[in-house]
Amino acid sequence: MSKKPPAKKTSSGSTKSYTANRSWFQQHQEVAVDSLSRLLAEPGSSFLTWSVIGIALALPLCLILFLQNLQQLNTSVDEAGNISLFMIMDISNERLEASRDEIAAMAEVAQVTAITAEQALQEFQLGSGFGNALEGLDENPLPALLVVTPDMENVPSLPDLALNLESRADVDSAQVDLEWIQRLYSIISLAERMATGLALLLCLGVVLAVGNTVRLAIENRRDEIVVVKLVGGTDAYVSRPFLYTGIWYGVGGGMIAALLSMLAFFLLSGPFGNLMLLYGSDFSLSGLSISDVSAMLVVAGFLGLAGAWLSVLRHLKQIKPT
Amino acid sequence: MIKFDSVSKRYPGGHEAILNVDFHLEAGEFAFLTGHSGAGKSTLLKLVMLMEKSSAGQVIVNGQNLNRMSLRQLPYFRRNIGVVFQDHQLLFDRSVFDNVALPLLVAGYSNNDASRRVRAALDKVGLLKKENQNPVALSGGEQQRVGIARAVVNKPVLLLADEPTGNLDPDLSAEIMNLFEQFNQVGTSVLIATHDLGLIDTDKHRVLALDNGRMVRDE
Repeated sequence: MSKKPPAKKTSSGSTKSYTANRSWFQQHQEVAVDSLSRLLAEPGSSFLTWSVIGIALALPLCLILFLQNLQQLNTSVDEAGNISLFMIMDISNERLEASRDEIAAMAEVAQVTAITAEQALQEFQLGSGFGNALEGLDENPLPALLVVTPDMENVPSLPDLALNLESRADVDSAQVDLEWIQRLYSIISLAERMATGLALLLCLGVVLAVGNTVRLAIENRRDEIVVVKLVGGTDAYVSRPFLYTGIWYGVGGGMIAALLSMLAFFLLSGPFGNLMLLYGSDFSLSGLSISDVSAMLVVAGFLGLAGAWLSVLRHLKQIKPT
Repeated sequence: MIKFDSVSKRYPGGHEAILNVDFHLEAGEFAFLTGHSGAGKSTLLKLVMLMEKSSAGQVIVNGQNLNRMSLRQLPYFRRNIGVVFQDHQLLFDRSVFDNVALPLLVAGYSNNDASRRVRAALDKVGLLKKENQNPVALSGGEQQRVGIARAVVNKPVLLLADEPTGNLDPDLSAEIMNLFEQFNQVGTSVLIATHDLGLIDTDKHRVLALDNGRMVRDE
C-alpha cells in the first residue's frame, strides 16, 4: 500500500506543463515588497515624488475638510437662529402680549418669548455693570423685546421672515443675529464648487506625475523588461512591479498629504476658535479622523495605480520584443 | 521542431532579410546556421522565437503555427525555448544566481524548486561557485556560460544561440560548443547561428547556410 511518488517532469516531448507553484498572492506580495524597497533604496528622489503628490493632495483635502467643518455649523445655527424684534417705545404690556400671541400663531414660528422694557432693564443692570448709571436716568431707554424662534422646517429664508416681522406696526426693527451665517452658506457652496474643481485638477495632476515617474522607472529597467519578455514573462508579470510602484507613490504621497493637513489644522484651529468666539459660537474645527486618513490613502493609492497603469499601457508596448 | 515553409521577412523600408526559405529541423536535431554577417541568421532566429513576424509563409515551432499565435499565448510559447545571445543579455543589477533564476521566477516556480534547478544549471556550466557574484565581475566566457545556464534552466525543448562564441577565443568556443552538444544529447533540439566556420565539425552536424536571405546549403 505504498503511495506513488509524484510524477517527475521530463524535458522531452513537445507538450510541457508549467506549474505555477508560487501562489498568486505570494507573487504579488514579493513584487509589492520589492517595489517598495526599490523606492526606499533611493530615498531622496522618492521623497521628492512623494512630496509633490502629497502637496497636490493636501490642498484639496484641506479645503474639503474645512468646508465640511463649516457646514457642520448648520446644527448650531438651528438652535441659535433667533430673530430679535425690538418693539416701538412705550408699548403697553397688554399690547406686547397680544403681539406675542399673534406672532406665535404664525406657521413659520416655533416659539416667542416676550421681554418687557422693565425686564430688559433689570437684566441689563445685572449683566452690564452700568447699574448705577442707569439708575440716574429718568426713564427706561430700553425697548420691549420679542425673541422669535423660527420653526426652521417652515422657514425658507430667515431674512425674509425678519423683513415680514419688521413690517408690523409695533415693531421698530428686527435683527437676525446670524445673518452672516446665511451669507457664509452661499460662499461655502460656491467655494465647494471651486474646491471640487480644484480637487479634480490636482488629482489629474497626481495621476500624470506618477505616470511620468513610472515612465522613467520603465526606461531605467528597459534591459530587464526585454530579458523578462524573452524568457516568457507575461505582460501582467512585466507590468506588475510598475503598477505597485505607482501604488506606493500614491500611498506615500497620501501619507504626506495627511501629515500636512494635520499640521494645517493644528495651526488653524486656535485662530479659528477665536474667530468663532467673536461670533458667539463655541464651534471648533474637527481634524482628520482615522477613517478619513485611511480613505485618503486608498484614494491616493488608486490615483497612483491609475497613473502607473496609463504609463505602462503607453510605454511598455513600445519596448520590443512584444 | 522548427518548420519553415516559403518564409520571407521584409523589414519596414523594404530590406528583404529572409527570402523564400524552406527547412525542417526535427525534434532532437543539432544544426548550425551559417552565412556572412547580414545574411539573415539573426532574423531567422528572431522569426523562430517570434521576436519578429514573417511577412510571408508559415513558421511552425514546437507544433505551433506562429502566424496564428496570439499575444496572450506568446509568453507561454517562449518558455519552451531557451535563447543564448551573443551579448548574453545578463542583468548586472543582480547576482549570477538571480540571473539564471529569472525564467523560473517568470514561470512561477517555488523558491525551493527554483534553487534546485538553478544550481543544477550552474553546475552544468561549471559556475556553481560563482552563484553569488555579480556577472559584471566574470570573464566573457563565464558570462556566456551564465547566459547558457539561464537558457537551459527551464529545460526547454529547443535551444537557440545567436553567435554564442562571437567574442571568445577558440578554446573557450570549443568548450561552449561542447556544452551545447551535451544538452542535445539529453534530447534538446539545438540551432546555433555562427559565422565561425572553423568551429563547425561539418561531418557530425547538419549545416544550413544563408546568403542574402536565401537558403543556399542544407546538408
